[in-house]
Amino acid sequence: MSLLPTDNDLPGLGRATIWLNDPQNWWGESGLLARIREHLLYTLIAVALAALIAVPLGLLVGHTGRGAGLVGAIAGGIRAVPSLGLVVLLVVWISPHIHTIDEIPGLIRRGGLPYLVPVLIVLVALAIPPLLTSTYAGVQAVDPVVRDAAKGMGMTGAQVVRKVEIPIALPLMLSGLRSATLQVLATATVAAFVPFLGGLGRFIKDGTGRLFDLQYGYPAMVGAGIVVAVLAVVVDGLLYLVQRLAVSPGLRPQGRKK
Amino acid sequence: MSNVWEYFRDHQDDVLSWTWTTVWLAAVPLVVGLLLALPLGWLANRHRWSYPPLVTAAGLLYTVPSLVLFLVLPGILGTKILDTLNVAVALTVYTFALLVRTVADGLNSVEQQTLAAADAMGYTSRQRFFGVQLPLAVPVIGAGLRVAAVSNVSLISVASIIGVPQLGSLFIIGNTNSQLTPILLGLILIVALALVFDVVILGGIRLLTPWRRA
Repeated sequence: MSLLPTDNDLPGLGRATIWLNDPQNWWGESGLLARIREHLLYTLIAVALAALIAVPLGLLVGHTGRGAGLVGAIAGGIRAVPSLGLVVLLVVWISPHIHTIDEIPGLIRRGGLPYLVPVLIVLVALAIPPLLTSTYAGVQAVDPVVRDAAKGMGMTGAQVVRKVEIPIALPLMLSGLRSATLQVLATATVAAFVPFLGGLGRFIKDGTGRLFDLQYGYPAMVGAGIVVAVLAVVVDGLLYLVQRLAVSPGLRPQGRKK
Repeated sequence: MSNVWEYFRDHQDDVLSWTWTTVWLAAVPLVVGLLLALPLGWLANRHRWSYPPLVTAAGLLYTVPSLVLFLVLPGILGTKILDTLNVAVALTVYTFALLVRTVADGLNSVEQQTLAAADAMGYTSRQRFFGVQLPLAVPVIGAGLRVAAVSNVSLISVASIIGVPQLGSLFIIGNTNSQLTPILLGLILIVALALVFDVVILGGIRLLTPWRRA
């Protein structure tokens, strides 16, 4: 059943450091830099698509107060579905029905599109719950007095959303964006489970069959794993800075009396 | 659907043993993670200066992707790469990381007046913690526990990428043979397990908070 040979003597973690220090492993078509680019690209596309769906929906539910229970149920339900299982299910189920084999330059080689679609669906599904619940919760938390004041000033519903609710909800929405991005970044390794796709998971998936190989085995798996973790911390740090810059000064904790 | 049932019957022994592995791998880390998070959450709440570093450190632990942890732990613990212990330890780390903050916030959510009333009734600080503050924090901690349980159950299947046999193995079988049935069976069982954990924890919260039923 196991994909792996029995291992009693794995190459040590120090081997991963040596692997990471070898410039040869960074450059080239299947080097770390190329894989990092693919990994970030999958993440970016998935989070952007998820935001396009989840943010308007969250704003709508938060603004009207309708469908809140449904949002909670969807978000909770998606969390219980294992990403790997969903990817595999969609690949076996829908990939044979996608007949376009066009390439998208810089993203996917010719023939890879039927496999890219399932992976993106899963990553988008993963990113929706945190974005949806945080947007909804952010709008929901707007003080009704503030909302009434905005209406009293003659703002239309759309203006209330745009000028009052979004700015006030922004800190929460952005922390939803951060956790969505982190989850997608960590899960994008499943892309390597399907043909044609890359990302940093490629080193991990391809290493399982030859653990003891110092070039492609356990050292490469751990090395790529460490890169994923570092990438996660760096991206989260950048988004944290964005979050701090984008929050209206009036909403910063230090500007408010407790 | 009938295919799924047939597949289950034909592979009953494997599937049941994988189900048990999955149950243990989800349950034990949940309990151990909670037990580890309680003292640190207490510390973060009791001494406010320790809150930011503890919560930030826990948050950083949580950013480490599960697959990475499964891979690195054998190198740290000296275990074999297929040892289920790696998965158990990794999930304990996640549960712990998630719950430190929840425990601190839960303890913090208890009204100062309530604590003052306990003091006035002559509770020692230990009695006050176990008799008043911790029970009142159960709803918040329980909510965190539910999130941890559900994500643990679905994270376990990631271990099948490196080959640890549990319910996620059904995905690998389906993927290798291009068979839909084992994949569906795996998804159904994993989601059902997550639901069972959720219901059990909800029941536990209800039992521990009789005053909320009034």
